[in-house]
Amino acid sequence: MEKKQKRLYTRIIILAVLVAAIAYTVYNTAHKDDIQLLKVGDDAPNFSLVDLNGKTHKLSDYKGQGVLLNFWGTWCKPCKREMPAINNQYKQFKGQGVQILGINIAQSNLEVSSYADKLGVEFPIAIDKTKSVMRAYNVDPLPTTVLIDKNGKIVKFITGEMTETDIQKYLTSIKP
Amino acid sequence: MNKITCECGHVNPEGTHLCEKCGRPLTEEDKKQKIVDMKYEGSAIRSKTYNKTIIDKIWNFFSSVKVGVTIIIVTLIVAAVGTFLPQVVYVNVADGEDVKQAYVDSYGTFGKIYYNLGLTDIYSSWWFQTLIGMLAISIIVASLDRGIPLYKSLKNQRVKRHESFMKRQRIFGQKEMPSAEADESLDLADKKMKELKYNVRREENALLAEKGRFARLGPYVNHLGLIIFLFGVMLRLMPGFYIDEDLWIREGETESIPGMEGYYLHSNKFTFQTYEKGEQTKEFNQSKAAVNSVAKNYQTDVVLYKAKDSAIAGDTENLKKIKKSAIKVNEPLKYNGYGLYQMDFRLNELKAMHFDLVNKKTGKSLGEVTIDLADPKKVYKIDDQTKVELKGYYPTFSGFDNGEPQSESPIPNNPAFIFKMYTPETPKGETSFVAIKQTLEPLGTTKYKMKFASIDTRNVSGLTVRKDKTLPILALGGIIFMIGVVMGSYWSHRRLWLQKTADGRLIMAAHTNKNWFSLKKDLNAVTDFAHLPAWIDQQDEDDLKKKQENEKEGDHNL
Amino acid sequence: MSLIDLSGSLLFIAFIAYLVATLFFGGAIKGTKQDASKSNKNWGKIAITITIIGFIANLGYFITRWIYAGHAPVSNMFEFTTAFGMFVVGAFILIYFIYRLPALGLFALPIAILIIAYASMFPKEVTPLIPALKSYWLTIHVITAAIGESILSISAVAGLIYLMKNVDTTKRTKSSIWLEIVMYAVVLVLGFVIVTTTFKAIGYEADFSYVDKNGAQQEITYNTPALFGMHQYELKSSGKMEPLAEMPAIVNAKKLTTVVWSVIFGTVLYGLIRLILRKPICRVVQPLTKRVNSQLLDEIGYRSVLIGFPVFTLGALIFAMIWAQEAWSRFWGWDPKEVWALITWLFYAAFLHLRLSKGWQGEKSAWLAVVGFAIIMFNLVAVNLVIAGLHSYAG
Repeated sequence: MEKKQKRLYTRIIILAVLVAAIAYTVYNTAHKDDIQLLKVGDDAPNFSLVDLNGKTHKLSDYKGQGVLLNFWGTWCKPCKREMPAINNQYKQFKGQGVQILGINIAQSNLEVSSYADKLGVEFPIAIDKTKSVMRAYNVDPLPTTVLIDKNGKIVKFITGEMTETDIQKYLTSIKP
Repeated sequence: MNKITCECGHVNPEGTHLCEKCGRPLTEEDKKQKIVDMKYEGSAIRSKTYNKTIIDKIWNFFSSVKVGVTIIIVTLIVAAVGTFLPQVVYVNVADGEDVKQAYVDSYGTFGKIYYNLGLTDIYSSWWFQTLIGMLAISIIVASLDRGIPLYKSLKNQRVKRHESFMKRQRIFGQKEMPSAEADESLDLADKKMKELKYNVRREENALLAEKGRFARLGPYVNHLGLIIFLFGVMLRLMPGFYIDEDLWIREGETESIPGMEGYYLHSNKFTFQTYEKGEQTKEFNQSKAAVNSVAKNYQTDVVLYKAKDSAIAGDTENLKKIKKSAIKVNEPLKYNGYGLYQMDFRLNELKAMHFDLVNKKTGKSLGEVTIDLADPKKVYKIDDQTKVELKGYYPTFSGFDNGEPQSESPIPNNPAFIFKMYTPETPKGETSFVAIKQTLEPLGTTKYKMKFASIDTRNVSGLTVRKDKTLPILALGGIIFMIGVVMGSYWSHRRLWLQKTADGRLIMAAHTNKNWFSLKKDLNAVTDFAHLPAWIDQQDEDDLKKKQENEKEGDHNL
Repeated sequence: MSLIDLSGSLLFIAFIAYLVATLFFGGAIKGTKQDASKSNKNWGKIAITITIIGFIANLGYFITRWIYAGHAPVSNMFEFTTAFGMFVVGAFILIYFIYRLPALGLFALPIAILIIAYASMFPKEVTPLIPALKSYWLTIHVITAAIGESILSISAVAGLIYLMKNVDTTKRTKSSIWLEIVMYAVVLVLGFVIVTTTFKAIGYEADFSYVDKNGAQQEITYNTPALFGMHQYELKSSGKMEPLAEMPAIVNAKKLTTVVWSVIFGTVLYGLIRLILRKPICRVVQPLTKRVNSQLLDEIGYRSVLIGFPVFTLGALIFAMIWAQEAWSRFWGWDPKEVWALITWLFYAAFLHLRLSKGWQGEKSAWLAVVGFAIIMFNLVAVNLVIAGLHSYAG
């Protein structure tokens, strides 16, 4: 009898493992496009970029402050629409321990600076010439905004255009 | 459990056909057989033994070879159906175009049905994967159920088998023989079989010569290899095991490599070559195909850099050169488990444009201005009083919005510029909007113009970045599979039984799991040498005919 | 004589040698006695000697063409199919020396001859390699796969002989009808060869322009009178036959025309043969197999699958995966040719498992071997010419 029990349990275990493996495979295939190497709650990858004024921005220097990264391009229409809103909120939150950094994806200095001038952007803008920051954050469509809290953890990824109320809400959420 | 006790005293598990020890047929059915079924040595296939709980029923389902073969055949058919039309990955769908529409456009109603049935991405479908999973279960369960008892039974086999076992072997022979002569025969057979590289064991009045037993394990080894392979394939879906990224890189650019943190790639040059006339063989030149030149080489000359260890993203100072390499089709750049593959290219993307600052009336040029489209300057100075200011640059000019020029991409596909031209004649400057085949003078007619002179182009390489940590597992699975399949295919398990009976006969029987022809060759060699009985193959039509004829002749003699 | 001319001559010699050897194998199985007579044995010896001479000439073709082209001659339809034919003869020689069965030669050689004849219908020019094919894996993968397939084909030959011997062709049974269909298929291939050769001999060429599925204007030359026209075709050559019907853009009407011509001609040929013989082809062939031992044939069929299966796995799957990983960055991509290699492999895996069960030996097993060969031929012919993925050779 004992042998019979043992046999039953062995069979149950083997079948269960195999069925689980199949279920896992099927699930993973169905969701393979959503697998993100970087997730909310992870440490935000550190980076260092020089802005248009020559100042170096290193993420680790902003520990203790909330950080909003906005990835954008001059040719991207939604980027252009949300840029003034971000700028407004930048002015509101200035000095409250929240940093905003605009990261342009590998365009020329001329295009970026004339664009910033035209829109009157006050927050720092850096150009990611080698796309390494963009790739470290797995950014694909533009605009993408990343919220980082005071502990350097990722709070949220936002793909697509934000309204000014959104921005205000987000900045409040990462205010230390 | 109903154990079966054989006449010889050995206790066999339920479901056993032939006694593990002496080989006596145990069931009525087996006793009726003229030739016993030697599959798995007549051992009890576990699944057939127990059939009580639902788990046992599921187990037994997958244990069946019939079910296994059915799954194989279904997989085969489904795989074939997937080749009727190109799978979705091989269909070029323009941006924004509907995949379904693409199938309808190319293949009409059939394409529509094919798409709606989900056959256009058949190999990623959950049911195809489940099918492969069921195949894996079948392989594992069937192997466990058969491999273990077979192994035990081969290990337990005795030299002396019961006559009823021997008589029911395909190859059987007997003759009357005095005891001393029979002993001599056994000795001679012993010697000969050893010469033929058989393993000979003797026990009482019996002899067993055996060769290639390990071949019986071949199927189980190759099944193990398959399972390891399938496990590797499954593992690829786990994040981090498998990287597949695209990298478009222009000549002269340095970019970080997606999926390969801390590494940068610089492209020196992309080359696309076709065969020259002289390089092609004469026959080929004469043929019509020569009209379409044949591609010879796609190559990107690159330098691979690594940022210093402490470097973080964006920090590209002190990049360390790792290697210079030419990436070609079939010759990827390999480094640290990563591979960079030449997959695609775009030729002649605009890189720089040359303009002459020209007096419209006289046509006289004041000098040339070269605009690097990847890094345009604010001011282009020709001399102290002559310069051109670049007020606006639109890489892919797509029209005006509220009087403002728009660009729809960062790539210079259709560049447009706003120039402000300063000359000694026009010190205040004149503004001109210049696009390809279009010049506007929004602030009044100008005296000067930027006259297009020439362009510089560069090529873009499409590379794929790949890392597959499962490759060693897949390779292991492949190697084990090959070893198993070779073991099972190129060797056979051959056995010869000889026995001196109490009533003064020498009986012989032989069996092989495959390749009877070679076994017979061995037997021919030993039969004469050791004066063994003349044997026949009880399944061979010619042998049976002979036997019948002999028996008939015998009748006449009576 | 240049190397390439020499190569061509050697192939021709091989072709003739196989034809002659077939006749001698015929001599080796004559007679009614159960055991082979001495004269039979002599015929057999001569036959296999001629076969070997042919095979050496065939290898000579392969090597000289390899030297001339600078790469293994397996890079287009003509080269690959010819090599396949050569390996079928090689596999036959191998099996012959194990089992010494002349009847096998009587069937294997004509099949090899047909394959080589079929190959010669494709352009024979030496073509330079495109970048994707520039790899030593071309040599390793294609040759191993072809050898594996050719050994597996011998199983079908044995199966065919088994069926010829054991199927009662005097009655109308499923088996006898299917066997006659196999014969008919062989005649169709012959029809294709004759049609193509005939129109080539008279130098038939008709130029057309058409619109391909991407909407681009293209040109095409028909070598047979056009039955079907390409999408929005326009006949450019004067005095040539206008197509009877126009095909949509996804159908290659030129290939369709060739196929239909072959079927028409093959069917007429088959009809003529039936008229002359006044009985099904199988029944004419059947007496040739009378003296063969069924048990031995069954074993040869099984054994050649056993020998060929590992080679096929290595060449068509494992080496293929290694190469795909090198060239396309992924070892498997569900390309039609890959899938059909997998299908072939699965089929023979099923074959091997089925043989374990009773009742799947003998006639059923023989049928399976024939079906396996059909799958191999489908992969060679249809997948290259019709389905066409990354592997498509210029047809």
